[in-house]
Formats: sequence, structure tokens, C-alpha cells
Amino acid sequence: MSTLFNIAIDGLAYGMVLFVVAVGMSVTLGLMRFVNLSHGAFAMVGGYCAAYLTRDAQWSFWLATPVALLVTGLLGAVLEALVLKHLYRRKELEQVLFTIGLSFVLIATTNAIAGPQVQLIKLPEFLSGSVDLGIRTLPAQRLLVIGAGLLVAAACTWTISHTRFGVWLRAAVDHSSTASTLGIPIRLVQCASFAAGAALAGLGGILGAELMPLEPYYAIKYLVLVLVVVAVGGMGSVPGTMAAAVLLGLIETASKYLASDWGSLFFFLAMACLLAWRPQGLFKR
Amino acid sequence: MNAMNDIGAVQTILPKAPKCVSAWRSAAMVLAIGAAACFSMPEQLGLLTRIFVTALLVLSLDLVVGVAGLATLGHAAMFGVGAYAAGNFALHVAPDPLVGLAIGMVAGGVLALVSGLFLLRYQGFTFLMLTVAVSQIMLSLAQKARDWTGGDDGLSGFMNSPLLGRFAFDLEGKVAAGYSLIVLVVLFYVARRLVDSPFGLAVRGVHENRARMAALGTPVFRRLLAVYTAAGLLAGAAGALSAQTNAVVGLDSLSFALSAEILVMLVLGGAGNLNGALLGAAIFTMLHHTASSINPYHWLFVVGFLLMAVVLISPAKALALLRRRLGGVQ
Amino acid sequence: MSQLLEVRGLDKHFGGLHVTRNVSFQVAAGERLALIGPNGAGKTTLVNQVSGVLRPDSGAIYLQGEDVTPRSQAQRVRAGLARTFQITTLAPHFPVQRQVELALFEREGLTGRAWRSIDSYPALQAEALELLERLGLRAHASVATQDLAYGEQRLVEMALALALRPKVLLLDEPMAGVPKGDGARLLAALDSLPRELGVLIIEHDMDLVFRFASRILVLAEGAVLANGTPDEIRRDPKVRAAYLGP
Repeated sequence: MSTLFNIAIDGLAYGMVLFVVAVGMSVTLGLMRFVNLSHGAFAMVGGYCAAYLTRDAQWSFWLATPVALLVTGLLGAVLEALVLKHLYRRKELEQVLFTIGLSFVLIATTNAIAGPQVQLIKLPEFLSGSVDLGIRTLPAQRLLVIGAGLLVAAACTWTISHTRFGVWLRAAVDHSSTASTLGIPIRLVQCASFAAGAALAGLGGILGAELMPLEPYYAIKYLVLVLVVVAVGGMGSVPGTMAAAVLLGLIETASKYLASDWGSLFFFLAMACLLAWRPQGLFKR
Repeated sequence: MNAMNDIGAVQTILPKAPKCVSAWRSAAMVLAIGAAACFSMPEQLGLLTRIFVTALLVLSLDLVVGVAGLATLGHAAMFGVGAYAAGNFALHVAPDPLVGLAIGMVAGGVLALVSGLFLLRYQGFTFLMLTVAVSQIMLSLAQKARDWTGGDDGLSGFMNSPLLGRFAFDLEGKVAAGYSLIVLVVLFYVARRLVDSPFGLAVRGVHENRARMAALGTPVFRRLLAVYTAAGLLAGAAGALSAQTNAVVGLDSLSFALSAEILVMLVLGGAGNLNGALLGAAIFTMLHHTASSINPYHWLFVVGFLLMAVVLISPAKALALLRRRLGGVQ
Repeated sequence: MSQLLEVRGLDKHFGGLHVTRNVSFQVAAGERLALIGPNGAGKTTLVNQVSGVLRPDSGAIYLQGEDVTPRSQAQRVRAGLARTFQITTLAPHFPVQRQVELALFEREGLTGRAWRSIDSYPALQAEALELLERLGLRAHASVATQDLAYGEQRLVEMALALALRPKVLLLDEPMAGVPKGDGARLLAALDSLPRELGVLIIEHDMDLVFRFASRILVLAEGAVLANGTPDEIRRDPKVRAAYLGP
């Protein structure tokens, strides 16, 4: 029984990390129809920033994280505004190749700056321990991850349905040509969403640093996982990304615990079945 | 008969009609260049063999990506399956390289046929992701089936008997180089004929506009499945060659990294006209060989930069020019 | 006169929208039926159902007496139905001659042949050139289709449809977007269509419609408003109301 419980908690945590990293990419794909394979690099940058700030600059985790997110978001905004927006009209394959190239360059740059070793984020004391919930004790870090994931999901859903920005976003996704004629600042929506997505990816990198170690190849190593979550969940759908991330996170964790010599077979088998059943994603927009 | 005479007369006044470059001429060119390279760089035969094998793999990818227009990140699966099949055949049945080559081809072709039946129902991003799923599933199966694949250690210990009973594989790699070059040339010829045939024309039409082709009466699914299977046969052949010339097959022959790498090679060389595949494979492999002694991260930087440059500097125009000159859609 | 194309009781909904309401009509051999109606009347949707791009919710389509309703687009083409499209050309990067040859190969069922080069079918090449000659495109045989003037691209569309030697031809706004001056060759091509062909043409240009059509079918809000000769339609008060408003 305790194995099942561990699988549930670890799987949920893993799923939340995947969700937080993937949600930005899903929105970008759904909004700008832009396949951004450098998304993993943002997760890496966020993690590296937090690692540097907590270890070398000796900042508190609670201060370092928002700053890291800010930096990552800014980087995303700058890249989008200067370089990536020119690629929106290009063919899928070209976007794929350009952003893979960008990832490679970012990996090489990261290595040049920080070296190839794994980066560790210094967590505050209590996060390294466990929390007693009465019936069970849970690692505090897992609780943080799960809580953060739920918070992000709530924030995204609320932004999309209750703010003006959300209205703009939805209009821009559904009817981009008419949206601009209605006075909606499309460029602002695109750039801001991209930056937000990048920042969220950074958060994912920080939260998932234990499960997915931060080293220069991070940017492409976990890219496939993020892509899978986005594809299965459906482009542009926040609930879809959440469902896909949690489902796939649980399956992957379960197979690691119960059938580790089969590798990621069940993950990809599940992915293939889900995509075959719902090619547009779990929650078609 | 009158029409033929009229055509002759009309053609003297009006511009020439489009014409394909002859297949055997292209193949002869490849043979000449390959042979020249082998004779002028006899100490680099190992590298050249690797180039020939990689070129065959990228050629097979071009059929899928460049000709049929199906972006795939799982093509390594057919290569790996062919490699393991040929390796196991040599190990457990008979070390005859040509039979092993055929076995590898069949393995790649069967995987392509079976997975294609499923994959080709989908398009675009979904199709791309599903190709990743298929190849990752194959990788997981290979990791599990240690008895057949050797797992992380790889499959080794198999040998090749003399080619055609006469040419023993020598330590300098002369026979290996010649063998892989000839296989490349023969299969390149086959691919050329395929692309320049009415079948190839229809596939290129599907690439240009899939929906519209149905309005011409084309059985789109069948055509795509056929070209995907043909590509699988060629990729399997490349895998068999790789197994035979390296005497080892590793899990990296099924990896996502390999699928991505060959896609990069294809794009750098120019997709769609088959020649670009060979060019890209040659350039990339040579660059990698020279850069491999340097820090691998610097290599990544160069490739990444090249990729971005190739996309930004609109190779479309350059490709069209190249295509016209080396015999693409003519 | 035999009915080449018969459509009976075609009906379709898109979610809550009733886009095709119980539409029935026929096209006989040699007939030129023009399909007209205000924007949003559902003309292209109707043609999409006839050609097999969309499936109707109910109703039937007969081609030369055979029920083709369950058949796919490609199957209907082989049964003798061809259409042109409003927006895209088939293969923008192909030289014009290759596009027509592709249609010819498809018609002859040769696209399964994977060995002989496309250049070694002289009869088909001759036919392609002759077709291009008839449409005045011979000089552009080696030019990439996307490099042609828009009006000429529309002509290539028509060449493709004709290459299939259909019994029934559906033309979806062949003149759309063609500047007034450049339309002469297209008009000539329309006039010189084979006599026995049954043609259904969607058009907005009324001069063309009244000049070309032997019958006119008026569609409004998905339903047939009127079906008659050009004179009858011209005088029909319902038609005037639909176009000119209440």
C-alpha cells in the first residue's frame, strides 16, 4: 500500500512539474501556432538562476525564486520580440529546426558560463524535511511542488476567464485576424504570454530540480517529455495540459517503481494510445 | 504519330519542356565522387565508410521528409531495427554480409509498414509526436530485450564472412568502404528512379497539397504508406551496413538524438532532391569528425548556429536554385 | 437527355447551423447549370458535398444513375466527377506541364508505377501539351505554377479538371479574383468546354452567368429559391427580393 501511496505522491509531483513547464509551451503553440523547441532552455535558465542565487549569492530560496522567474520571463520577452516573432509565419519544420538550433546554442553558452556539472538549488531547511499529515508523512518538497502546480493552474485558469488579458488571449487564439481589428493589442498579448510561459517554465525547472537535474543538456533532454504532454493535452488548453501531465506523470512514476527494466515503454505507449484516441488533444478547444 | 512530329516541330520554337535528370547519370556521379574520395584519402577509409552509411540513412529520411513532406523525429527506429536484425543474423545464423543486408532491409521495411499503417492516419504535429512515440517504444523494447540487443553494452561479437565469397573484410577497411559505397550507389539509383516515376510525382503532389490530391483521384494513404515503407527498407539497409562495418550495434542507433541529427543533416544539405541528403550527411559527418576532438559543447554551438542561420537566411531560394541545377522536380 | 448528376434531398447541419436545406437538382449532359446566391447561401458547402469533401446528413447524390453518396472524393473522381477549387492550385512549385501530367497519370491509374521515369510516357506528355495549347498555356509549360499570373493559375486549375476527362465538371468561382481584363482567356476556355460535359458553375459575375448558363439554380440560406432558365430567373420576384433586399 505504501508503494502505491509513494507512486501517487511522486507521480503527482512529477506531473505537476511537467505541467508547469509545459503550460507555457501549450499556450504558445495554441496562440501563435509556434513550435518552440527552445522552451526547455527556459526551464534550464530558471533553474540555473535559482541555483546561482541560492548558492553563490546566498539569497533565500523565497527571494531567489521570484527573481529567477523575472529574469527568465525577461529573457523570453526579449527573445520573442527580437528574434522569434519573425518566425511565426514560417513552416512548422523551420520553426522546429530554428528553435532546436537555439537550444543548442543556449546549451553551449550555459556550459561556457557555468561548466558541465549538475547545479544544485539550496532549499530552505524545512523543505528538505518531511511534513506529518497525521495519516502519513510526506516529503515537504513534494508538497511544495504539488501546491505550486495547483496554484499555477488556478492562476492560469483565472487569468484566462476573469481578466481582460484573458479575454484578449482567447480572442487572439480563436480569431487572430479579427482580434487585431477590434483594437486588441495582439503583439502585446503574444509577447506577454510568451514571457509568462517562459517564466513558468523557469518555475518548473526550479521545482523539478530534484527529479530532473540541472545540467547543460537539460534543455533537450526533457524536451520530449514536455512535447508529449503538450501534444496529448491539446495545444492551448490549460486543463488539457494538466490532465495530460498528471496522467503521464503517474504512469511514468508507476513504471519506474514497478517495471523499471521496461524503461519508458508504458509512458510512450500511453502517449500513443491517448493521441490516437484524441489526435487534437484531451480537451479539444 | 502526327502528334510526335508536331511536338518536335513545336519544341524548336517554344521553350523546352521540363525534364528529369537521368537516374544512372546521378548514380554514376555519386560513385565517381565516392571512389575518388576513397582513392585520394586511403587513410580515412573508416570515416568515408561512416559517411556512406550515414548518407544512405539521410537519403531514406529525404524520401519521407523531403519528397513526401512528412516531418518525422523517429526515423532512427528503422535504422536501429535493421542494425540489430543484421547483427543477430550474423551472430546466430550466418555471417554472409549480403544476406544480412537483405535481412536488415526487410526488418526496416516491416517496421515502417506496420507503424505506417497506424502513423499515417495522422498529420502535422500529431504525426510528428507519434513518430517519436514509436521510436521510443522500440528503444524501450530494445533495452528490455537484453538477450537480443545486449542492452546498454550493445550487440557485438559478430563477424562478416567474405563478400561474395571472395572479398574478405580487411583491417584497413578497403572492402568495407567499397561495399558501403556500392550499396549506397545502388540504393541511390533506386531512390532516384522512385522519385522520378509517376508514383514519385504523385507523392510529391501529396507533399504540395494533400487535400487537393484527393480531388485528382489519388489514393493518398496508399501512396504515403508505400513511400514510407520504401524509406524503411533503405534505412534498414543503412542499419545493416552500420552493424557490419562497425561490428557493434548500440542503443544509440534507436535514439531520438540520432533521429534529430539526421534531420539536421538533411536540412543543412537541402531536402527534397536526394542529392542534398548525401551532401548534408557528408558535410556534417566531416565537420563532426574534425570538431570531435574539440569540446563537444563547441560543436553544439556551431551546429545550433548553423541551423538558425540556415532557417533565417531563407534557404528556400537557395534550395530552389540548387534543385534546378542538380535535378529535382523537373 | 440523360441526367449526368442528380442530387436529391441533400441536407446538412454544422452544429446549430442548417447550411443545406433539402436541396435537389439535376444536371443533364451538355447542360450548363449556374449556382448563384447571396454570400453565405451555402454554395461552396453544397459543392463540397457533391464532390465528396463533406458528408451530407441526409440525401443522395447520383452520378450517371449510380449512387455515389457513400463514396470518397477520389472514388467520385474515378466515376467521372471533377472540380476546380477557389483558392489554392494543386502544386505551386511544380512546372505547369508536370501538374497536368500528374492529373493524366492519375486518370490512367499509372501513379502506382514506380520504375519508369515520367519522361518516358510520350503519349501522355503529348496530351498534356495539347491541353495546355488549347488553354493558351503552352509557352508556360516549364514555369513553376506559382510564378504565373493569377488568371493563368486559374486556367491551370481548369486544365487539371479537364485532364481527368470528367463527365461532370464542378467549377467553384473560376473567375474569382481575376482582374476584368485578364478574364478573356478563361471565358474562351469556358466557352470551349466539351459539348457533352455537364457543368455546374458557382459564380458571382452576373454577366458571365447569364451568358454562359443554360439553367440557373438560386440558393438562399441553404435552400433552393428558384431553378429555371436565365429568363425565368431574371423575372422571378423571389430572386429579386433575395438579392435586392425587402
